Amino acid sequence: MDPTALLLSRLQFAFTISFHIIFPAFTIGLAAWLAVLEAMHQYSGKPVYRTLFEFWLKIFGVAFGMGVVSGVVMAFQFGTNWSVLSKMSGPIQGPLLSYETFTAFMLEAGFFGILIFGRPRVPPWFYLFSTAMVALGTTLSAFWIMVNNSWMQVPTGYVLENGQFVPDDWAQIIFNRVVWVRFPHMLLASYLTGAFCVAATGAWYLLRRAYRAEARVMLRMGLALAAVLLPVQLFIGHLVGDYVHDYQPAKFAAIEARWHDEQPASEVLIAIPDSSTGSNKYAISIPVLGSIIGSMSLTSKEVGLSSFAPQDRPPVAIPFFAFRIMVGCGFVMVGLAWLGSWLGLKQRLERSRLLLWGIFLSFPLPWIAILTGWYTAEVGRQPWTVYGVLRTADAVTPSLTAAAATASLILFVAVYAFIFSFGTYYIYRLLRAGPAGLVGKPLHVPVPNRPMSLADKMPAIVEAGE
Amino acid sequence: MVMFWVALLAISVLIYLLLDGFDLGVGMLFSLADGEARREEMLRTIAPVWDGNETWLVVAGVIMWGAFPAVYAMLMPAFYIPVVVMLLGLILRGVAFEFRGKASRSRRIWDVSFTMGSFAASFMQGAMVGALVEGLQFSNGEYVGGTFGWLTAFSVLCGIGLCFGYALLGACWLVRKCEGPVRDASRRHIPLLAVAVLAFLVVVFTHALIEHLPILRRWIERPYLLVFPLIGAGAAAVLATSILRHDDYWPFHMVALIFVSAFGTLALSFWPYMIPFIVTIEEAAAPHASLAFMFWGAGLFVFPLMLLYVAVGYRVFRGKTAAAADHY
Ligand code: HDD
Ligand code: HEM
Ligand code: HEM
Repeated sequence: MDPTALLLSRLQFAFTISFHIIFPAFTIGLAAWLAVLEAMHQYSGKPVYRTLFEFWLKIFGVAFGMGVVSGVVMAFQFGTNWSVLSKMSGPIQGPLLSYETFTAFMLEAGFFGILIFGRPRVPPWFYLFSTAMVALGTTLSAFWIMVNNSWMQVPTGYVLENGQFVPDDWAQIIFNRVVWVRFPHMLLASYLTGAFCVAATGAWYLLRRAYRAEARVMLRMGLALAAVLLPVQLFIGHLVGDYVHDYQPAKFAAIEARWHDEQPASEVLIAIPDSSTGSNKYAISIPVLGSIIGSMSLTSKEVGLSSFAPQDRPPVAIPFFAFRIMVGCGFVMVGLAWLGSWLGLKQRLERSRLLLWGIFLSFPLPWIAILTGWYTAEVGRQPWTVYGVLRTADAVTPSLTAAAATASLILFVAVYAFIFSFGTYYIYRLLRAGPAGLVGKPLHVPVPNRPMSLADKMPAIVEAGE
Repeated sequence: MVMFWVALLAISVLIYLLLDGFDLGVGMLFSLADGEARREEMLRTIAPVWDGNETWLVVAGVIMWGAFPAVYAMLMPAFYIPVVVMLLGLILRGVAFEFRGKASRSRRIWDVSFTMGSFAASFMQGAMVGALVEGLQFSNGEYVGGTFGWLTAFSVLCGIGLCFGYALLGACWLVRKCEGPVRDASRRHIPLLAVAVLAFLVVVFTHALIEHLPILRRWIERPYLLVFPLIGAGAAAVLATSILRHDDYWPFHMVALIFVSAFGTLALSFWPYMIPFIVTIEEAAAPHASLAFMFWGAGLFVFPLMLLYVAVGYRVFRGKTAAAADHY
């Protein structure tokens, strides 16, 4: 094993999965929102829902396409860069990923075409059904991948035989407590991404005094959903923290920047952890709160990093800061969603331009929370890939050379940067142009059923919008 | 159980070859077409389906990982460079497809990345098959052949051969889906492509027989296996007459049949090896608990559903594309 190749593989995995998650985070939420809009349109018959549906469908198409191409890469990276992991955990992770592909990806692919181009060809109920199936597909996909990753975080239901993890209890693997807090945490995070993007777009139009009717619906629905979901999300986040506390004490200590055992433990709010001295600089901490958070007790003893052998300790700075950024984003979002909904109820939201600006600018927050949440989980898991059983250093492909890994990393970065800039630019143009003139006009789509071709009609929309 | 998953893996790979084969082929032929109208028409024939087609690559990949983890863990590292290049090709091609419609001044860039992506992905797939047939170096279940161990004259030949094969499929697809100049141009490409592909297939199998004597013995012991090459020969004959008769419907099916027979011949030649003469199917198989878990849900119930989605998709977009496009 080549240490440089190991480092490069880690960087490459981190880079490509971070790129990938940007799109699912958005499409999972958006697919559900589209299903709701279509149902409301069919139920109430109000044209505004239809306009919004057509508008967000276009953005959905572009994001979905980028999600698919970046996802295909992920499916092969386990084999190319982590062959020892693939071989050992193939009997468990392979079937889980197969279920994801069979139940989720094909469902999405099957109904996506109808969603985008099938409206004139199928009866309304079937169209609504297709919309729901796409939403179901993305949700199932999130479920299976969370099962998969949770098994790596807390491996259960297996025996080690001939150097392979052999499953002996699938129910335990799929229905354990860890999955059932992490899956809702991820799902809600995606819904919040959708909700905040929708609300931010509404706020943007109101600030520009365009598309009032649609903007109001977007703002109201987005904020209301976020206002309801956020408290639930914060509570589930607490449960996620509980699992870490119970199963991954070293990660928990890193998140808390707790270097030594403490009883009762204090909670470090903010500090600069310094791993060379094993202490915190400029720490602000609250006594006893650490025990309350960790064990719901005033006196409990909480484990510190020095209780673990040096080679078993995760890095501290990344999980520590990433966790705080995630939680911080959560609190800022609660503030915005509650304040906005409250002012909305009192019909004063549209006049408070400051808050509208805040909501408009808040759209990156859920993405930041999702990425930092994953960094907490994944970097905190180090030095293990399968927690406590397989080290990252032992999981990497033995034959991989630094040269090959460098070449592939550079290529991925270059190609992703290239397509990302164009993709976001097209989404931006769609958003800027707004929902005008999308319904009723014949769709001069040159190519049927192609995810990103939806932005083709830009010129027409721009004219209508400006 | 093991047999079930070998069969499903083979079917998935075959579906991938046929489905993504024709759209990659159209991607390569795209570089020969002149004029925006023709290019648009070509794209329109594959736009509704290419995305689902590509998912079969993932299907094959995850079946291999789940049911034959040892093989997955041996081959992916051996094919590090080809897999990465193939994936990048598929990405560039996938988005180029989508972006070119929006670009006005930079449309050339997307046209180029569309064809280059298609070429890169096809070539690398062929090269991987070639390297597998020719033999890779493993020791103790680990690849030891070096970063470029897959790159030999033979694998390059196979890469080129598969490009021709996909292009042939693509040309037949265009004949089937288009009318007017695009169809006529495609029909003119077919004879040349078909001759190239058949010559290439003969070279590959002769080479395989010379390199690996056990294969020869198998064909002598079990002559009935020769039905596969014979089916291929028959399909080639029908292909030739249908081209002469200017038939739009049959060429695609005949080329698909040639693909099936070539795939069958190759697979049977190496049976029961998954990595020729190194790892057999039984050795590579995942533990029973894994195979059974996949069988009782994904295999038995969801796989047929997947086939159903594909069938529905192709049915909705059946017929000549130009006519269908009037709807929009
Ligand atoms: C919580 C959500 C989530 C996470 C953590 C991941 N994915 Fe993903 N993935 C999706 C949610 C998703 C999705 C919502 O289902 C996508 C995004 C857009 C789409 O088309 O499907 C998708 C697409 C997608 C595709 C393309 C599907 C197709 O061909 O249609 C593949 C192969 C993967 N993913 C594989 C992976 C792997 C191997 C991951 C982990 C290492 C991974 N994804 C993380
Ligand atoms: C008080 C608020 C929150 C707490 C206490 C909390 C807690 C946690 C913890 C402890 C982890 C690490 C889990 C692990 O190591 O496996 C985590 C991960 C994560 N968090 Fe949060 N979280 C909160 C808010 C949020 C918000 C608002 C979002 C997004 C909108 C979010 C998204 C995520 C994601 C995507 C992950 C990675 C997936 C996972 O490991 O489950 N979190 N969270
Ligand atoms: C989508 C959100 C995710 C993000 C942002 C993320 C982030 C990361 C990061 C930053 C690393 C590098 C850690 C390090 O080496 O220090 C990593 C490694 C890894 N992750 Fe994730 N991850 C995500 C989801 C997943 C999922 C769903 C799986 C498995 C099903 C997974 C499997 C792995 C593996 C195999 C590695 C490499 C080995 C290792 O470093 O432990 N990740 N990920």
